[in-house]
Amino acid sequence: MRARPAARVLQYVAVVAYLVFLGFPLLWLISSSLKSPQEFASITPSLLPKHFDVSNYTDALNEQGLVRGLGNSLQISIYTTILVLIVALPVSYALARFRSRLRPLTNGWILVSQVFPVILIVIPLFMILRPLHLTNTIPGVVIVYMVWSLPFALWMLQGYVAAVPRELEEAASVDGAGRIRTIVSIVMPLLRPGLIATAMFTFISAWNEFFFALVLLQDPQLKTLPLVLARFVGAEGQVQFGPLAAASVLATVPSLVFFAFLQRRLTSGLLSGAVKG
Amino acid sequence: MTATLTAPPQVKKKPGKPKQNREAILLFLPALLPVLLLSVYPLIRGIALGFTDARAGLNVETNFVGFGNFGKLLQNDLFWDSFRIGVIWTLSVTILQFVAALGLALLLNTDLKFRGVARTLALIPWAMPPVVVAIMWRLLLHPTNGPVNEVLQTLHLTDHPINFLGDFGTALPAVIVVGIWVGMPMTTVTLLAGLQGIDRTLYEAAAVDGAGAWSQFWNITLPQLKTVIVAITSLDMIWNFNSFGLVYVLTAGGPGGKTMLPMLFAYNEAFRYGNFGMAAAMGDVMVVIIILFLFFYLRNRLRSEA
Repeated sequence: MRARPAARVLQYVAVVAYLVFLGFPLLWLISSSLKSPQEFASITPSLLPKHFDVSNYTDALNEQGLVRGLGNSLQISIYTTILVLIVALPVSYALARFRSRLRPLTNGWILVSQVFPVILIVIPLFMILRPLHLTNTIPGVVIVYMVWSLPFALWMLQGYVAAVPRELEEAASVDGAGRIRTIVSIVMPLLRPGLIATAMFTFISAWNEFFFALVLLQDPQLKTLPLVLARFVGAEGQVQFGPLAAASVLATVPSLVFFAFLQRRLTSGLLSGAVKG
Repeated sequence: MTATLTAPPQVKKKPGKPKQNREAILLFLPALLPVLLLSVYPLIRGIALGFTDARAGLNVETNFVGFGNFGKLLQNDLFWDSFRIGVIWTLSVTILQFVAALGLALLLNTDLKFRGVARTLALIPWAMPPVVVAIMWRLLLHPTNGPVNEVLQTLHLTDHPINFLGDFGTALPAVIVVGIWVGMPMTTVTLLAGLQGIDRTLYEAAAVDGAGAWSQFWNITLPQLKTVIVAITSLDMIWNFNSFGLVYVLTAGGPGGKTMLPMLFAYNEAFRYGNFGMAAAMGDVMVVIIILFLFFYLRNRLRSEA
């Protein structure tokens, strides 16, 4: 669609307004993380720091709780990702390749799990995990995250499996390879991009997760980064906004890396796939 | 978890054989136990819990109380407040972000510069930790050294700093703006993907018939986008209605309960006051609302699709 000059100007105004609305908060967060404490306290804040000061980052990293939170989040996210991949690969293969009665049930569960309020699940989870001594433990959180990242991982992966040509598998089975052999040596290598995308998605959702962690992890030693950050803000009165901003930027880095890798695939592949169904 | 989810990808139809069924079950096994134990069972148990007087703490006898919790909820003013706030929040965020996103998607679908930048930026808010988004906006809206107040005062739009998240009148609107900030980019990108799937020749044919831009929008763009619009708005509504972390860190439901979303209300019931049964009942009410919404919304919107 071509537009007249006046309309054209309006279009650019709208796009710039959008970029400011979207980009300014991010810019402000990053800029705040680089300001010295004096500049932070200034009554007339400036967009860019007068001189870049990385002391907020070193302060944040010297903060015991934050470093521990970072470590906990890393551990939990990595374990969750590995578990999800191990469990999701065979299931998504079965979903994409076989017409069993489990398929509609699984797809139903995938949809239902997106719709229900987590408050309903978290109380019984608490009651199941407590007698098993898994509340307030990293393994407890990891298995909960595994189960709750699984629906989307399955949905993503089965699309990738469906894209692997069947003929390759048939050739392998003619050569006498069993089902498991075929999956491991034929399907898995071809699925690498799909496995990477699913892994990153799982990692990010575990990294960002807040609600289950809030309920299941009471021990300060075990709190994940989002919990530690939230507690910082809650401790009203003596909030050190500079280090908090620095820690927030650090907590966002995995998402940014995720985009560097996945931007194209996410916007074109995943979304158009999702939209076309 | 938040992500676009409509229909699972289609698979070629092939008649199921008994051998295939057995193989499929084998491949499902590693997922079956954890999913049954930590997803299906808790869900059913959670729904049932709403009809009991379960409380936090060890070895407390739970009794079936029928609809007792629901009766108590309906008599509780705070429940009605949170319900009303939840509806305002859900509708405002979903509708406003949809309108803005549709406009933007139309813009980005033209041969405009900045298109790449806009699309790259678009998904960042969606992938940021909600806690970080909340912290960032607390910095932005800070009454004494936040830039929003600074700009408003420089432009003489206000003569005193506004405590956006702390004042009764501004807290809910402020939280809604943050909700839009988080959700709009994803909605934009989804709509953009939908727009790019529309057959160009439809517009060419319409132009030949003398249809203007407005008429093309109403008669081609909107009908062609219908499935995408229904999918993304219904998911947005469900996510917004169920959202927790963002507002929990922004305001914790305050000031004076002015931003007490249903999930925050339920969380407080369960983990501050220990009323597990009551919180589960609140969850049940939310489920009923979501199911009713899905039933009516999807039935009306998709009736002509089939």
